[in-house]
Amino acid sequence: MGRYVLRRLLHLLPILFVVSFVVFAMLLLLPGDPTLTLLGDQATQAQRAALRHAMGFDQSIPVQYLRWLLRLLSGDFGRSLRTQEPVGEMLATRVPVTLELTVLSMVLSVAIGLPLGIVASLRRGRPTDVAIRVIGTSGIALPHFWAGILLIMLLSVRLGWLPPSGYVPIWVDPVANLRLMIMPCLMLGLSLSALILRQTRAAMLQALSEDYIRTARAKGASALRVVIRHALRNALIPIVSVIGLQFGALIGGVVITEMIFSLPGLGRMIIEGIFNRDFAPLQAAILFVVIGTMTVNLLTDLTYAALDKRVQL
Amino acid sequence: MSGIAATGAITLRPAVAGTGGRALRRFLQQRMAVAGAVFLVLLVLGAIFAPWVAPHDPEEVFWDAVRTPPSAEFWLGTDEIGRDIVSRLIFGARVSLQIVFGAIAIALGVGATIGLVSGHVGGWLDDIVMRVADGLQAFPSLILALAVVAVLGPSVTNAMLAIALTNIPEFARLVRGQVLLLREQDYVQAARAIGASDLRIMAYHLWPSVVGSVVVYASLRTSGALLAESSLAFLGLGAAPPTPSWGQMLATSLSYLSDWWIGVFPGLTIFVAVLAFNFIGDGMRDAFDTRSR
Repeated sequence: MGRYVLRRLLHLLPILFVVSFVVFAMLLLLPGDPTLTLLGDQATQAQRAALRHAMGFDQSIPVQYLRWLLRLLSGDFGRSLRTQEPVGEMLATRVPVTLELTVLSMVLSVAIGLPLGIVASLRRGRPTDVAIRVIGTSGIALPHFWAGILLIMLLSVRLGWLPPSGYVPIWVDPVANLRLMIMPCLMLGLSLSALILRQTRAAMLQALSEDYIRTARAKGASALRVVIRHALRNALIPIVSVIGLQFGALIGGVVITEMIFSLPGLGRMIIEGIFNRDFAPLQAAILFVVIGTMTVNLLTDLTYAALDKRVQL
Repeated sequence: MSGIAATGAITLRPAVAGTGGRALRRFLQQRMAVAGAVFLVLLVLGAIFAPWVAPHDPEEVFWDAVRTPPSAEFWLGTDEIGRDIVSRLIFGARVSLQIVFGAIAIALGVGATIGLVSGHVGGWLDDIVMRVADGLQAFPSLILALAVVAVLGPSVTNAMLAIALTNIPEFARLVRGQVLLLREQDYVQAARAIGASDLRIMAYHLWPSVVGSVVVYASLRTSGALLAESSLAFLGLGAAPPTPSWGQMLATSLSYLSDWWIGVFPGLTIFVAVLAFNFIGDGMRDAFDTRSR
């Protein structure tokens, strides 16, 4: 296991290099004078020249990249052009929001998709199975931003059960926080839960048809024990892998979810950065999101390996 | 988001030459795929002939009919400043389809070329290309698209380029994988032995064998591209107003949630179009995949 982890980490190095270079290159590719974007059009020529020198725009690209990377690694993410707020502090307030949103969405997706998938597999071909599969298929195709709007229309505007948007930190008021987070998490987790449902059903059907299930039943194991202990355990591997594979898509959805529900997370930071042409926070937020995604993918692979002793490490 | 489901594991095989007619027959046997294709054809025709199909001018403002629910005059109601929603949806198909087809065509052309060359030449070039592809694919695709739009600025062309870029690595990977298998085949070895140039081998011996699966993969990617396009438009990073686009109409509806038709119909249009693209893609895959039958 140790060697496997090491090999996976080494594999990540070239990817990290490409990712960081792409994010760095956003500044290089800006049309025109980058100081115009970074300082706005009010700055004097002297200020521009000073910034150009400070940012190292007068040096070669590899030198600029290394200096940029070293600054990031030392924890200096620069300042927001608009608010002058240090980007590090912006990240500190925004990462928890996005983290809560994604973690809760994943938990919710598993809580919805897994039981429905198991029930569908046990009721194969019966009306329950058909109904669950229809829900699953539409859940996958439903554009999540539309689902979010429909949720607000139904649960907030019509029924008045939940507040339509806003954010309260969980340590300030946990109940208010959860009431505000339910709809965003449902929206964000919608297609993931549908995919988990589909994968669970398929994997359970596969597992239930194996010889060891017949053996377990023949031994007189209870129906529940057969399902949980024998079938589900073996079905978990493909289910875990679908969660890992789809995490990137989930994170992509964070941007729109945070815009719809006015959540001050990394996604909003990206959009605000784009509209304000404020590149320091924009680059930092993108880098954080990508590295977060890579971390989740790594963890999924490790879980996968730990779950299945047959995977050659 | 949902279209991305298809990229999990790509197991497309080289299409067998001369199966075009049979593949078409198999495609037509699938009801959902045919339904999707019919919808898409209607959508394309509607987009092309929009000025004649649409009941109203999409930008005409009916001041006395702001936010009216669906009626005989305005089939799907009017929006927040009194424009006809059904007409805006029909015209909105223009931008969406243009971006989707443009982006997939660019991704196919560029990605397949990179994959062909990378797989055929091999060596350090192949290593570098694959590492760059790994790096680009580490980005969640919408985030990469947002980074591109952030640099180039929001516009229809830039949305197309951004969505194309997110799709290029997978096209390159798909073609490269097949080229690696094909280049050991006798007919490719023979071509090399009689002195065929690299360009000739790629164009005449490799490309015809991979084109089938590339086209199938392209059709599987259209639904994801449409969702990406709607997402960018929703975020205000697509076509500039007043040009109608589905995603942007949906974004506007957030401010008028009690007038349900403003948000329901644009979303429904995107939903049905995504479903249609999905059905067509699945149908194409099943029609070309001779072994799964």
